[in-house]
Amino acid sequence: MRPLGGLLVPLEGAGEFVPPSTSSFNSRPLFPSAGWEECHPHEGAAPASCTDFVPAWTDAWLTNHVCQAAIAALVVIGFWLWMARKQQIVPGKRQFVGEWLYDFIRNQIARDVLGSEYRKYLPYLVALFTFILVNNLFGEFFPFMFPTFSKIGFPYGLAIMSFLLYNAAGIRKYGFGKYFVKMVLPPGVPWYVTWLIIPLEFLSNFIVRPATLALRLFANLFAGHLVILVFVLGGAWLLEQKDNLFYNFSGGVSIAFSFAIFALEIFIGALQAYIFTVLTAQYVHSAIAEEH
Amino acid sequence: MLPLEGLGPLLPEHLSELFVGIALFAIIWFVAAKKIVPMFEKTYAERTAAISGGLEKAESAQREAAAALEEYKTQLAGARAEAAKIRDDARAQAAEIAAEIKQQAAAESARMVETAKAQLEAERTAVVRSLRTEIGGLATELAGKIVGESLADDERSRRSVERFLDELEAQTAAAK
Repeated sequence: MRPLGGLLVPLEGAGEFVPPSTSSFNSRPLFPSAGWEECHPHEGAAPASCTDFVPAWTDAWLTNHVCQAAIAALVVIGFWLWMARKQQIVPGKRQFVGEWLYDFIRNQIARDVLGSEYRKYLPYLVALFTFILVNNLFGEFFPFMFPTFSKIGFPYGLAIMSFLLYNAAGIRKYGFGKYFVKMVLPPGVPWYVTWLIIPLEFLSNFIVRPATLALRLFANLFAGHLVILVFVLGGAWLLEQKDNLFYNFSGGVSIAFSFAIFALEIFIGALQAYIFTVLTAQYVHSAIAEEH
Repeated sequence: MLPLEGLGPLLPEHLSELFVGIALFAIIWFVAAKKIVPMFEKTYAERTAAISGGLEKAESAQREAAAALEEYKTQLAGARAEAAKIRDDARAQAAEIAAEIKQQAAAESARMVETAKAQLEAERTAVVRSLRTEIGGLATELAGKIVGESLADDERSRRSVERFLDELEAQTAAAK
């Protein structure tokens, strides 16, 4: 195992510059099985002897990124339980912080979007917002420096959950048939365009919605992390070049500029958590809304 | 899986990400639904109850105070009316008593005057009677001495004395 480098990306030597790529986002097993290291080199192709390499199940299930997501879940649960314990009618400092965040989700997201039925969906939105937020902030802070949701499996999972949630909410309220008709055929559409509207609405409500939820979250974090890698790795490589002051100067500027990108990424991480949560609430609302 | 290779980073590197992500999120959702949100909402409900309860309490206290004030005013008015009545009664009673005393005094004085008059009358009668007897004796004696003869006939002399005295009395009454 290489020290530290594996946590972020491999820090290359002063030789040829290897630009960050999708392989910079690869997971590593926490406890690699025998032969895994040899068959997953940081650069270049795996040796030919690896064609019949069979990884142990832990290589896929106990990766650094899965572990990171689990730690995020523990942080979220721990944070909320800590905020919720021993609450007073007149809040102290700790409770004030907790209520500030809770009120933001409860009043600004859930109640504003869902109206009077918000209470039923509030736990989902609280869990969703804070889970995404913590995972996104992992991208900018130690010890991980890697946004969990730039691994697309996680956004897919959350999008599937939101997809199931809003459809379940609609079906529970209207029954399957009535809900389906309501979703594919908006009221007031003239009969001669129904052949066009029905497929479009189906596509929009049942396929595009969850897909865009997942892709928007993933793409923002993936791209953001990639930009950071370019500035940091490129800057570091330039700084290490000998006998070229221009390179070194550009490298310094690049590293300095990466701090601004970090700040931007913190903002984007919070924004994406907010957007994912608001859109989920919005989809639930459109599923259970009365027709006007 | 081969056709999916072209998806690049859009294909999960390990399916574990998908399932672990869902499982972790489900756990957080569960804890949020069972513990966190109810705890926050309980505090909020308590706070609402405390605030509205405080308002209600204040309102009822105000009502009580208003009622007490009203009662106090009524009592005060009653006390004033009673005091006035007592004063009036006392005044009336005093007047009555004074009148009664005056009347009693008048009656007493009248009675005393009456008694005195009766006493005087009785004394006067007694004096007149005794005088009449004495004067009669004296006059008879005087007349006897004058005429030098003793008038044996007492009966006749008494009659003439009586006649004389009556005339005298009549003269006195006429002179009065």
